[in-house]
Amino acid sequence: MTTLKDRRYAHEDRSFHSARNFWSGFLVGLGFVAFFDETVFHQLLHWHHFYDLSTTDAGLVSDGFFHAFSWFATVGGLFLVADLRRRKAFWRKRWIGGIFLGAGIFQLYDGIIQHKVMGIHQIRYVENIWIYDVIWNVTAVIMIIIGAYLTAKTRPKK
Amino acid sequence: MHDHHTHEAAGWVWTDLLLLLPFAAAIALYIAASILSSRKLKNWPLYRTGLWVLGISFAAAAVTGPLAERAHTDFTAHMLGHLLLGMLAPLLLVLSAPMTLFLRSVPVSLGRKTSRLLKSRPIRFISDPLTASVLNIGGLWLLYTTNLYSAMHDSLLLHIVIHFHVFAAGYLFTISMIYIDPVGHRTPFIYRAVVLTAALAGHGILSKFIYANPPAGVDPQQAESGGMLMYYGGDAIDVIIIIILCYQWYKAARPRPSMTMNKSGDALH
Repeated sequence: MTTLKDRRYAHEDRSFHSARNFWSGFLVGLGFVAFFDETVFHQLLHWHHFYDLSTTDAGLVSDGFFHAFSWFATVGGLFLVADLRRRKAFWRKRWIGGIFLGAGIFQLYDGIIQHKVMGIHQIRYVENIWIYDVIWNVTAVIMIIIGAYLTAKTRPKK
Repeated sequence: MHDHHTHEAAGWVWTDLLLLLPFAAAIALYIAASILSSRKLKNWPLYRTGLWVLGISFAAAAVTGPLAERAHTDFTAHMLGHLLLGMLAPLLLVLSAPMTLFLRSVPVSLGRKTSRLLKSRPIRFISDPLTASVLNIGGLWLLYTTNLYSAMHDSLLLHIVIHFHVFAAGYLFTISMIYIDPVGHRTPFIYRAVVLTAALAGHGILSKFIYANPPAGVDPQQAESGGMLMYYGGDAIDVIIIIILCYQWYKAARPRPSMTMNKSGDALH
């Protein structure tokens, strides 16, 4: 006899955990982009600045919340993966779709709202910054498209 | 001139020793309790004693000795002291489970009274993640965005009160987020996650605010390095709290054996 509760832990039925697969990917993707931004663009290349005089108050607050959230998202997202694995409910393709969407959406927000509207800092302090902006945001859109495609393809059947 | 200098130095040694007394007492008490209670009960883990000694040492290093001395004139040194006193020391002390040790060392009647106190309304209120975060992060905003920071250097009493607050609020904040010792009232994981993220954001925003707006009497360059130290140092310690919080969720959310009595029972392993 299989009850609903039992079904949750049956490994054939990963669709039961499809939302958790998606969101854990989304969180890890968002966290990874923020981590990459911090390590590569702030610390290694020194392109990004810790603080820009043109930063608005809203930019400071937005940056603070996203930074904190991405820190939590990375750790929390990975623990969710561990949870899915122990339940034998990990769904790699859907998870990767979540990663691309989380990464792309955060990168687009960072590139358009935080860099341009709120002016927290620019990608690099050079002339023709628009080239950097275009590459940055086009990359973000490509990630969103890949993520949306994978997410739609792995949508659980009702 | 020379005489005056040595006299002053000697004076510093005396106040330093006096300041060290409570810290030494805290270490001695903890070790005594761990040894005495291990006679009747199972051995108190040595690593917890190690964490306690380390935590007390970091707290002591922040308020006395060379670092505290430099903190009077050097804002970056002050910020390092703040990280030790308000974040690292509380975390290490919380991990050393002093309340558990206390409860197993005292007579049962006192233990019961303490448990009742922990469950009381006032304690419940101040150890709520939200209250603890406001006390912790709000206190820091008050310190660095008003003239409290410069006033602190003129008044010994204010100096002591502020440092005690930084430590106590840091400790309260940590016990409100991760459960090592017995807790009077547990709050949902997601609530703690949201409040912890907001508190971390408040800490990060204040770091950048200090970077751009040096507190009264602080050299702009020192404010920049102090602000960055606060930002990244805070991240480093907060990620440990985040990992422990998530790990405690992971353990609590494990699939129950009673639900896995069918063929998917292997999901347990």
